[in-house]
Amino acid sequence: MSLILVQILNGLQYGLLLFLAASGLTLVFGILGVINLAHGSFYMIGAYMALTLTSYTGDIFLALAAGIPLAFLIGMAIEWLFVRHLYKRDHLQQVLLTFALILVFNEAQQSIWGNYPKSIPMPSYLSSSISLTPELGYSVYRLALMAICVGLALLMMFVIQKTRVGRLIRAAESNPEMVEALGFDSRVLFRVVFAAGAALAAAAGMLAAPVESAYPGIGERVLIISFVVVVIGGIGSIRGAFLGSLLIGLADAFGKVFVPKFSSVLIYALMALVLVLRPNGLFGRS
Amino acid sequence: MMDRRRILTLAGATGASTLAMPFVRPSWAQTGAIRVGLLLPYSGTYAALGEAITNAMQLYVTQQGGKLGGRAIEFVKVDDESAPPKATENTTKLVSGEKVDVLCGTVHSGVAMAMAKIARENGLPTLVPNAGAEAITRAMCAPNIFRTSFGNSQVGDATGMAMLKAGVKKAVTVTWKYSAGAESVAGFKKSFLKGGGEVIKDITLPFPDVEFQSILAEVASLKPDAVYSFFAGGGALKFMKDYHAAKLNEKVALWGAGFLTDGVEKAAGAAGDGVKTALHYVDSLDNAENKKFIADYTAAFKKAPDVYAVQGWDSMQLLRVGLEAAGGDVKKRNEMFGAMAKAEFKSPRGPFKLGTSHNPIQNFYLRELRNGENKYLGVAAEMLADDTTGCKMA
Repeated sequence: MSLILVQILNGLQYGLLLFLAASGLTLVFGILGVINLAHGSFYMIGAYMALTLTSYTGDIFLALAAGIPLAFLIGMAIEWLFVRHLYKRDHLQQVLLTFALILVFNEAQQSIWGNYPKSIPMPSYLSSSISLTPELGYSVYRLALMAICVGLALLMMFVIQKTRVGRLIRAAESNPEMVEALGFDSRVLFRVVFAAGAALAAAAGMLAAPVESAYPGIGERVLIISFVVVVIGGIGSIRGAFLGSLLIGLADAFGKVFVPKFSSVLIYALMALVLVLRPNGLFGRS
Repeated sequence: MMDRRRILTLAGATGASTLAMPFVRPSWAQTGAIRVGLLLPYSGTYAALGEAITNAMQLYVTQQGGKLGGRAIEFVKVDDESAPPKATENTTKLVSGEKVDVLCGTVHSGVAMAMAKIARENGLPTLVPNAGAEAITRAMCAPNIFRTSFGNSQVGDATGMAMLKAGVKKAVTVTWKYSAGAESVAGFKKSFLKGGGEVIKDITLPFPDVEFQSILAEVASLKPDAVYSFFAGGGALKFMKDYHAAKLNEKVALWGAGFLTDGVEKAAGAAGDGVKTALHYVDSLDNAENKKFIADYTAAFKKAPDVYAVQGWDSMQLLRVGLEAAGGDVKKRNEMFGAMAKAEFKSPRGPFKLGTSHNPIQNFYLRELRNGENKYLGVAAEMLADDTTGCKMA
């Protein structure tokens, strides 16, 4: 029984972290219509920024305060240099360009930080573990991470549903020409959305860094699972990404322990099932 | 076409060896450099391993004056990306495209298997500086294929012996669900079960998944004496850190094949304290070759070498033995392979020699990670050979 409760906790914890990584992808995909394969690279950049910035500031949260604006600026620059030329083009060209970006980012990572896995220290006040069962402890940092992810999820939903910027974003998603006609520069809006997506992915990478560490190829792993989340949740839907992430997290945690033979295909089977029942994802519009 | 003058310059460039043996007329093939094709990962999770192997090879050849067996050595690198689907294409690129004289690779066992298949067919001198896939020196063994690293089960076998000696009775195994993990666990069970140990459960997770939380919860509920694990690289680092954060290390000792800690000793920090592993190398080994190797490597590359570097180093030692026996002529395969099969030399890891299937017979050392360093605790298995099941040298 206690194993089941622990697995629920594990599943929720993994799912919340996934949500943070995937939410940026669903925004960019849904509003800009761009398949951004380089999304995982922003996660990777976040992890390595955490490494460097923590070594200067001594604390992951101070590193986060400096790293998120930095990632936002990098996102703006990438949008201005490359991505804005893709909005009117087909998906194949988007995939080609953003795949090239992955290669460039990976090469940069290798030459700046090297090939060996690097560890990012947890803040000392969160580095202890509490006991869940007599045998098993749980990292306090992981629990704090869950709280932060829930906070960020609520904040995002608030911004999108209740604020002026959020209304504009939703309007631009459904009818960009109309937004332009009303006197808003959708180019600026798109740049902000793309940069926000990059900043979210980097934030996920930074927050996860003390438990995940930083090593080459860390971004690609996140990219694939993020796409699964986006497809399950429905493209462009933050609520869908939230639910999809939790579903995948739980399926993963229970799958590994109770049906280990099928754990590698379980999340994809889940995705297929969702697509059969709701071809546009849980909260996707047709 | 090559004119007379150019041939003379090249012959001159090969230098002293030609002059010292006035009655041996250098054949045409002996005048140019020997091209050694490196099929290694230079990107992705295993990039650090490919880098260490390459560094050590280049260092060895440089220390020999850029020549082995009197012939200049030229390296041709191909990034294999640790991607088995691209392995055949990448190997062919080196063999047919670059027309290399010697093939050397790789880290990933799946890629190495595809490479070995091609190497078996065309008989090219082939060195395997890491991949531990058993078949390479079992069912797929060949006169031209030599491994300077280890067999996956060999490391597990040695670790199992050390665990029994430490009094472990009940163990759980944890690894990725792929062939290297399965072979490592099989090797562990070979000695551990024979010595009266009990394996409660074999836990696997998909490669290269690093979400360990649910598995750690399961280990805690099974309450074994110890865990035998097989992980490497970033996944190994995360496994040790998660294991420590779950406070499992207080009740259940964490053991593993040495790859668990190698390359991530410092990064593991306090989380690695007390992790015990067995491997065919430990940097604190007290022998002259090791001390010189560490000093030279550190001076050249500004970082300490690891087990992968040692394997790269020894593959060049082995190549040297072969080329010297063949007078620098890679076409004299009988002489070359015969000498390599019988080679015995001093390695930073201790004495090095090959078994009948061309897999090293070597010492395995028990190590304990403390304060970011692997401490040498003694020999876990002395001059241990891997099984040669199914190996028929043609």
